[in-house]
Amino acid sequence: MRAPGGTDVAVGDVLLSVKNVSLSFGGVKAISDVSFDIRKGEIRAIIGPNGAGKTSMLNVINGFYHPQQGRVTFKNQTRSEMRPYEAAYGGIARTFQNVALFRGMTALDNIMAGRTLKMHSNLFWQMLRYGPAMREEVEHRRRVEEIIDFLKIQEIRRVPVGRLPYGLQKRVELGRALAMEPDLLLLDEPMAGMNMEEKEDMSRYVLDVNDHYGTTIALIEHDMGVVMDLSDRVVVLDHGIKIADGTPDEVKRNQSVIDAYLGVAH
Amino acid sequence: MDLLYKVFIDPFVQMGTAPDLLVQTMWEGLVAGVLYALIALGFVLIFKASGVFNFAQGIMVVFAALTLVGIYTLLRNWGLQQSNLAAFLALGLTIAVMFVLAVGVERLVLRPLVNQPDIILFMATFGLTYFLIGLGELVFGGEPKVMIANELYLPKGAIDIKMLGGFVQFQKIDIAAAIIASIMVASLGIFFQRTRIGRALRAVADSHRAALSVGISLEQVWIIVWFAAGIVAITTGIMWGARSQVEFSLQIIALKALPVLILGGFTSIPGAIVGGVIIGVGEKLGEFYWGPLLGSGIESWLAYVIALIFLLFRPQGLFGEKIIERV
Repeated sequence: MRAPGGTDVAVGDVLLSVKNVSLSFGGVKAISDVSFDIRKGEIRAIIGPNGAGKTSMLNVINGFYHPQQGRVTFKNQTRSEMRPYEAAYGGIARTFQNVALFRGMTALDNIMAGRTLKMHSNLFWQMLRYGPAMREEVEHRRRVEEIIDFLKIQEIRRVPVGRLPYGLQKRVELGRALAMEPDLLLLDEPMAGMNMEEKEDMSRYVLDVNDHYGTTIALIEHDMGVVMDLSDRVVVLDHGIKIADGTPDEVKRNQSVIDAYLGVAH
Repeated sequence: MDLLYKVFIDPFVQMGTAPDLLVQTMWEGLVAGVLYALIALGFVLIFKASGVFNFAQGIMVVFAALTLVGIYTLLRNWGLQQSNLAAFLALGLTIAVMFVLAVGVERLVLRPLVNQPDIILFMATFGLTYFLIGLGELVFGGEPKVMIANELYLPKGAIDIKMLGGFVQFQKIDIAAAIIASIMVASLGIFFQRTRIGRALRAVADSHRAALSVGISLEQVWIIVWFAAGIVAITTGIMWGARSQVEFSLQIIALKALPVLILGGFTSIPGAIVGGVIIGVGEKLGEFYWGPLLGSGIESWLAYVIALIFLLFRPQGLFGEKIIERV
């Protein structure tokens, strides 16, 4: 079921590494020479002020952007140009900063869409809704219902997601990513625009996902309290350059991080 | 008083006194409607899967029909004796041409425009329209051609049925058109609603980014829908071509698909059918019973008026997805 060619990685080993990656758009340098790694089973935070290149980094990891320099190695396999389709196939799922859902479809269909790559039965049987296709559909539906239970969104499964409040949309989006049973889950500001209570809920889900499914998570977040509580290790970017990397405590004490966030007197 | 009588009473009196004429008119409307629906279906397919109104659908119909006739003529000139064999060979090759067209559109038009606003893609389909007109004329010439309906074993002639004190005539080709269109619509409907690829198609229409992130390949999806639209275009081309001639002016019937789509909703396959039938029947009845009041010829614009009235009350169409906007 897993990525063609990629080998399994044991817990604690490097699942994904980014080496000397540079990305620019025309004359604008979004990322310059950044290296870090993500170990299997951990929650890795990527933080930094606005415009630091965090989202660009996620886009590089899941193949939306192709860096001009540097390599990305995932499950011991290095690819120069990975397409988003291949990333998804290899086990990288993600959510977006400003929710990207299939608005006209129900919450259930959205999450089912996450299982697209896992369905294999042939078109003919699917159209007849019979035989192997029906068994497959039922099996996938069962897994999706598990996720729906897990995220406590039972009562909205038939609602078109465009009609849901923002917090719930974010949860459905997480559900869709989980439905892919990813090895690596990328969360782009999962708590942006949420109130205290919703943030706490979302934090709990992130921890549960990590705990329950053993999914490795890389997340971008602005709320420092959340980042420090959730993450095992933190990498800090500023103006596309890595300025710190380590445990939350180490990062908190790092002088250049403090400068980047609070500004320095010139 | 006289006018009111002519508008509100006289037509119904006529319907009552000559029910066979009413049935005949309705049947013709139904057939026209089914054919409109076929064209509308081509639009719906592409709209559902990419959110783009494909202006080129009309010319695709003409292009498909021209290709079919063109290849057939070529095969016969090369000395293929059996006309039926040549016809079906030509049909197969035309399907292949439509596939190549789908791949070409994806590579050269859609791929460079990923994540662009819909209006840009819409304009690109304009470009495609003029390209296809040019290419069609260059390769096949501009003169009207005769569709190879006989060679494809499409029935001709008519059945007269005695009913309601008169005769109602059913053209066999019309019956065939209605049956083929129904089968096509039913299978496309199931394809969209029930299959993994169908779900992927709907997903792509909603959000390119999100579809990519769950591992849906945009390239594949686009090729599939454009190819499906191409198949619909071939069918439409054969049916319309058999009823009249294969010529470039056929593409304006594509404009008739607009009121059908407004009525049925841009995203609904059953909507395209119901919309097509309402427009077709409405048009023919209007022309036959109310047309003389306005000096006839109202058939050409009545459809748009019906659509306009619908727009006032149900902007998303009869079956369209509800327009949802959070502000």
